[in-house]
Amino acid sequence: MLTDADRPAPTPGHPFAPVPYRVRAVATETPDTTTIVIEPWGTRRIGRTQPGQFVMLYAFGIGESPIGVAGGHPDGQLVHTVRNAGKVTGALGRLTPGDTVGVRGPYGHGWPIGEAKGRDILIVAGGLGLPPLRPLVYELFARRESYGRVEIIYGARTPKDLVYYDEIQTWRRRNDLRLQVTVDAAGREWYGDVGVVTTRIPDARFETGRTTAFLCGPEIMMRMTAQALVARGLAPEAIWVSMERNMKCAVGFCGHCQFGPSFVCRDGPVLRYDRVQHLLSLREV
Amino acid sequence: MVRAEVGDRRILSRSAFPELFHALTEAGYQVIGPTVRDGAIVYDRLRSVADLPEGWTDRQGAGQYRLERRNDAALFGYTVGPASWKKFLFPARERLWTATKEEGGFSVRAEPVEGPPLAFFGMRACELAALGVTDRVFQGGPVADPGYSARRARVLRIAVQCGQSGGTCFCVSMGTGPGVRAGADLVLTEILTHGPHRFLLEVASEAGAAVVGRIPSALAAAGAEDTERAEAIVAATAASMGRTMPTEGLPELLRGNLAHPRWEDVARRCLSCTNCTMVCPTCFCSSHEEVPDLDGRTVERWRHWDSCFNLAFTELHGQSVRKSGLSRYRQWLTHKLGTWHEQFGTSGCVGCGRCITWCPVGIDLTAEVAAIRATPGAVTPKAGGKT
Amino acid sequence: MSQETDPKVVDAVRAHPFFHGFDPAFVHEVCQHAREVRFEPDELLAKEGAPADVFYLILEGKVALEAGAADNPHLTVQTVGRDEVLGWSWLVAPHRWRFDARATKPVRAAALSAEVLRRTLASHPTWGYQFLIRFMPVLAERLENTRIQLLDLHAH
Repeated sequence: MLTDADRPAPTPGHPFAPVPYRVRAVATETPDTTTIVIEPWGTRRIGRTQPGQFVMLYAFGIGESPIGVAGGHPDGQLVHTVRNAGKVTGALGRLTPGDTVGVRGPYGHGWPIGEAKGRDILIVAGGLGLPPLRPLVYELFARRESYGRVEIIYGARTPKDLVYYDEIQTWRRRNDLRLQVTVDAAGREWYGDVGVVTTRIPDARFETGRTTAFLCGPEIMMRMTAQALVARGLAPEAIWVSMERNMKCAVGFCGHCQFGPSFVCRDGPVLRYDRVQHLLSLREV
Repeated sequence: MVRAEVGDRRILSRSAFPELFHALTEAGYQVIGPTVRDGAIVYDRLRSVADLPEGWTDRQGAGQYRLERRNDAALFGYTVGPASWKKFLFPARERLWTATKEEGGFSVRAEPVEGPPLAFFGMRACELAALGVTDRVFQGGPVADPGYSARRARVLRIAVQCGQSGGTCFCVSMGTGPGVRAGADLVLTEILTHGPHRFLLEVASEAGAAVVGRIPSALAAAGAEDTERAEAIVAATAASMGRTMPTEGLPELLRGNLAHPRWEDVARRCLSCTNCTMVCPTCFCSSHEEVPDLDGRTVERWRHWDSCFNLAFTELHGQSVRKSGLSRYRQWLTHKLGTWHEQFGTSGCVGCGRCITWCPVGIDLTAEVAAIRATPGAVTPKAGGKT
Repeated sequence: MSQETDPKVVDAVRAHPFFHGFDPAFVHEVCQHAREVRFEPDELLAKEGAPADVFYLILEGKVALEAGAADNPHLTVQTVGRDEVLGWSWLVAPHRWRFDARATKPVRAAALSAEVLRRTLASHPTWGYQFLIRFMPVLAERLENTRIQLLDLHAH
């Protein structure tokens, strides 16, 4: 466990008061998923985000939802990809440029990139697990020489469920990155791999002793992927997963996000696999 | 005013007892304490000493609570009722902020937390321990809860050592009572025998000393026999606990038995009614609720108590993570007695017994733990075995 | 017997991960009538309902297994590539393909005769057992992947 001193500083002010931001751009990713770019509306802005952290996004008059940070820029812009899965995320998905949204955060511990310096990096994303990994990908690109081999495996249910499709094509053109994209099922328009994301693990190129794996996606996908990686010899301590739970407060008071001893909001969302392995194999934790 | 010192011991006679109450109100405190209401002893605002549950006691068992008359005039001759002090620091419903739509955006006004200093009059040792636990929850992390912290800073703690144990008490097992060791400003022990009805009063903090300093004439010197009498009262209470909880290695025991068949057994009895979490002095779970005005321009954010026994508590993408009663009871117990240690460096249980008393079907967590301890390592696939 | 085997195919089969560690005599035996086959994209390696008379070892390229449904006539449920195997219909009566298998990239494969395989496995039970032990994990993995697919649908 990390100590309080390691925790990133939260936004000053009332811990539950959202900071107004304005929607700058909106892009449709899939029929039910939208990417929004937001920027500070007034003088206040939230603290600098780290890859893997999340914020509470607030739709005025409707409520809040924890949403991963898919991009953060020094000028204060934030990128979020939201799937319409309820009242709040539905409202967030209907935002248009110029609309106002509330933000508080950033919260939690993200991907431990510093610890992974000098190592090979394997990123495995399932569905909407890619957005919280996106800032990590760009962090790797920015300090590419600090890392060994980088491989990204991205799986989604069908080709139309893949997010950042055009952006991924630019990643594919890089020669310092190995990219595997697979879908669970596809029509004839798809010429790529078909099979759940775990089917790509045997083909992944990594050396077990010097690889750190970052996993994000549905819980079952992360569990199966971690098992497949361990079966290939990767140590559970070298695997990190990003957990998702119901959240109201995001600062450890409301109790909703507990996962065993962890508050996903502040101990996570990124947790080391060996510490949660026993809980992931249980049901209804 | 006569200066009183931390550590001073005095005798306060029953007849002079109202003076302590007056001293508190004169010092600006709103006094909250035990009083009889709706057939139970609850904590509420007291107007005078006459509001105290004089001559009443409570009889408690699993799923049972009954008020009875005592054959004396004890003011604190009961153990604990359904209410805890928690609600005065962490209200069951609380407005967090109000937001107003403005041109192009909105502004948020945090709810000011105002109110007089509060004197918690009649805190039990287990309740002081519970206060220590909620202090860690709401103030121990990188972010302090504004409402809790503001109220907590204004609280004076007047403890009363227990002169009797309740049928569901196990503070001795949890190391939290019945004697008060720390965390109080004033400590009272009610002495009903070997002389007139009186109280041994110990000054435990500067704030407590300031109150006592207002009533020098109401206090008499305490002799060694008074202190011994008080110690004997606490020792007798400790020797008559209604329950015991074997705490040795408890977090490890629970962590290693998440698939124990006992969870299935208790789930058959548990109604998921949330009573245990509502009466628990340390349960802190809450939900946030958005309350829009009719005009849509103003919204309020409210926080209200929630419970890990509620199905919607773990809702994620339209489904609950903990659907079964089994998983919800397991979460509550393993958190309270196990993972709480990892989160806050202490057990979440103080041994007050409320969850046993107020469970409509009489589930007794000490018995549940004992059952798991009796057959550690037992596994049932239905209890959530490996998939 | 061996006059009907192509040494080039035997080498390819022996080099394929599926046949690693097998008795060379067994590999030689099952390579009777085996041939190397090539398919261009969109060509079918197998047609649903047709006799399953070969077992493919994929040497290069990619093959899509397609299931047909009224609303979705060409749903790819899995792709199989280099170093993987294709088909178990040849082993399971009535020995007819259960799916379409279509090349999505130029494919080079070794096609082993189902009849030879069945005969060899039946007449050499030790080899037959070893073969099945090697074949089972392929089936188990596909079953497991199918299960993950089903679970995934409900994960969100």
